[in-house]
Amino acid sequence: MRLSLEPRTSPWPLMSALAPLLAVALATLGAGILFALMGRDPLAALHALFLSPLDSVNGLAELALKATPLLLCAIGIAIGVRANVWNIGAEGQFIIGAICGGGVALYFGPDGGWWLLPLMLLAGVAGGMAWAAVAAFLRTRFNAHEILVTLMLSYTAVQVLGWLVHGPWQDPEGFNFPQTPLFEPGALLPVLIEGTRVNLGAVFALLSVPLGSLLLGRMMVGFRIRVVGLAPGAARYAGFSEAGTVWFCLLLSGGLAGLAGICEVAGPIGQLLPVISPGYGFAAIIVAFLGRLHPVGILFAALLMALLYLGGEGLQISQQLPLAVTGVIQGMLLFFLLGADVFIGYRVRIVPRTPRHA
Amino acid sequence: MLLSRRTLLLAPPAAGLAARTAAAAGPMKVGFVYVSPIGDAGWSFQHELGRRAVDAALGSAVKTVYVENVEEGADAERVIRKLASDGNELIFATSFGYMNPTLKVAQQFPKIRFEHATGYKRAANVATYSARFYEGRYVAGMIAARMSKTGIMGDVAAFPIPEVVQGINAFTLGARSVNPKAQVKVVWTSSWFDPGKERAAADVLIAQGADVITHHTDSTAIAQVGEEKGVFTVAYNSDMAKYGPKTCLTAVTHVWGDYYVGRVKAAMAGTWTSGDTWGGFKDGMVKLAPYNAAVPDAVRQEAAAKIAQIADGSLKPFQGPIMDQSGKPKVAAGAAMSDKEIAEMKWFVEGVQGKI
Repeated sequence: MRLSLEPRTSPWPLMSALAPLLAVALATLGAGILFALMGRDPLAALHALFLSPLDSVNGLAELALKATPLLLCAIGIAIGVRANVWNIGAEGQFIIGAICGGGVALYFGPDGGWWLLPLMLLAGVAGGMAWAAVAAFLRTRFNAHEILVTLMLSYTAVQVLGWLVHGPWQDPEGFNFPQTPLFEPGALLPVLIEGTRVNLGAVFALLSVPLGSLLLGRMMVGFRIRVVGLAPGAARYAGFSEAGTVWFCLLLSGGLAGLAGICEVAGPIGQLLPVISPGYGFAAIIVAFLGRLHPVGILFAALLMALLYLGGEGLQISQQLPLAVTGVIQGMLLFFLLGADVFIGYRVRIVPRTPRHA
Repeated sequence: MLLSRRTLLLAPPAAGLAARTAAAAGPMKVGFVYVSPIGDAGWSFQHELGRRAVDAALGSAVKTVYVENVEEGADAERVIRKLASDGNELIFATSFGYMNPTLKVAQQFPKIRFEHATGYKRAANVATYSARFYEGRYVAGMIAARMSKTGIMGDVAAFPIPEVVQGINAFTLGARSVNPKAQVKVVWTSSWFDPGKERAAADVLIAQGADVITHHTDSTAIAQVGEEKGVFTVAYNSDMAKYGPKTCLTAVTHVWGDYYVGRVKAAMAGTWTSGDTWGGFKDGMVKLAPYNAAVPDAVRQEAAAKIAQIADGSLKPFQGPIMDQSGKPKVAAGAAMSDKEIAEMKWFVEGVQGKI
């Protein structure tokens, strides 16, 4: 007897929508067992992981703050993937966006007016777009694959940032530490709720959800993206330009990542440092797929990822559990989600044992 | 205590840092923030040893917690605030990049005491502390030069910040104090923790003739490479003898336990004040790990004598004459660099091969 996986002939839409919830439920169960095995009260530990980060206004604000860069980067990545354009380098576009916008803040210093913040945001978006444009150009002109180019350009971006904060943009009063001066108050995004850190960037991130849905679902360009992604031959036949789609997707996702970058440095960080992202651009790839490449799904996925970051800190503080435990729970979550996908797309059939040399 | 005008301006006007009141009965909560996973060696591991020393010394009078692998960007402020609002009365932020986040949170929690490692901004409730790692590196350089046959040593370093530059310069000056022709080649890794890159950098240095390798990075890669290739190493942060039982000569280790215990006790007694601590051999904050069997007695005695001289102040690692890489005099004979000059160091001494 053996087990065999066979593709389902009819789709299973209800389960497809429920799969993420099922994965969360199974991961929660697994986490509870893990906590019990480590000698902690499972309910108290689950409370610390999933609920205590949300029990105050400040906690909710921190969740929104943490989800903002993930959401902005993931929406752009998802729209690209729908057209089969893989922007793996949102991290680099994030960094260049932060550099360009931050550069504007440093250049004008205290001389800025009302126009300074809009200019910084525009510079951030333009920077992210420009970095992604390199990949678009190489793809459409020389057929260099964007996965490789965008990924490699991320490492280049890290080096550019390192050079700037160690060199020309270093704070002259900073004892030669690699950092720029702090931005002036006028160059910081306004805070939405007094006493918290959640800022205007969260509004941009939230707006990207309906706009992304609208683009994919209701607009001609979204239709083109989906056709190019699903049926390149049909797209060519219909006269849809593949190069145009590549450019559009990379500029859009680069711009969103750049916006995320400038919102991060003009928000909670307030200056340029050698490291400004704990890998948001890469984590956003997971967020995009966890959210089923759909903007609304991505919103929930970004919030969940952000919650796991915050909850991981809560586990360390209130339960004295090492950070690695959070990593295990994240892994379980992805494992169960992918596992659920298998059972949605395939069904298990028990094949009776057959003689080997029949 | 070093308080410049600029840092004083940052201080909130009145901070009530009294002794603990009856309301705060029960164990005193103390929080620690680490920049990397604790692991079993490296920068954060040494701070963790300090935390365990607090637990061991004060027992049930304290309740310590830590948060590990906290990035230096936007995350730090959230974690520090969480520790503060969670009732920790003294919080140690153990990485340079936590400086501005610590100050921001400290302004909102004037009654909580904060300690920031290796920074330069202080407030009435924010003290800073660091150790003169370069003192250990000077003696380590001396031992390395005694053990080297080629007179060429390698240094795998993370970032050209003053603390690292001090270390490379002190190591070179120590080496040249026993072998005036000694050369120290530097390879940057642009990362505090990247075993792969550290390993590759060590390979390059060995290929260039270096026969003793040291490092200012967080992993145990250098001690391991040395053991595999039979090349002597001098480790950093932690004692790494178990990774290089035959080749790791010693290590420049950071010892925070006594400092942490003292500061926690002061906070309990209400005698805690802000300020800056920059301790060295004298204060027991820098130590050399037990020597490898390969280090001869004469070298051990020489090292012990140098350590005693540095501890009593009769030997200063950055004592003139010191030339820069181009041979231009930077510190005149008889003069010594001030603490401020050392803290801002951004140039290499003669004998260092590498660029900042």
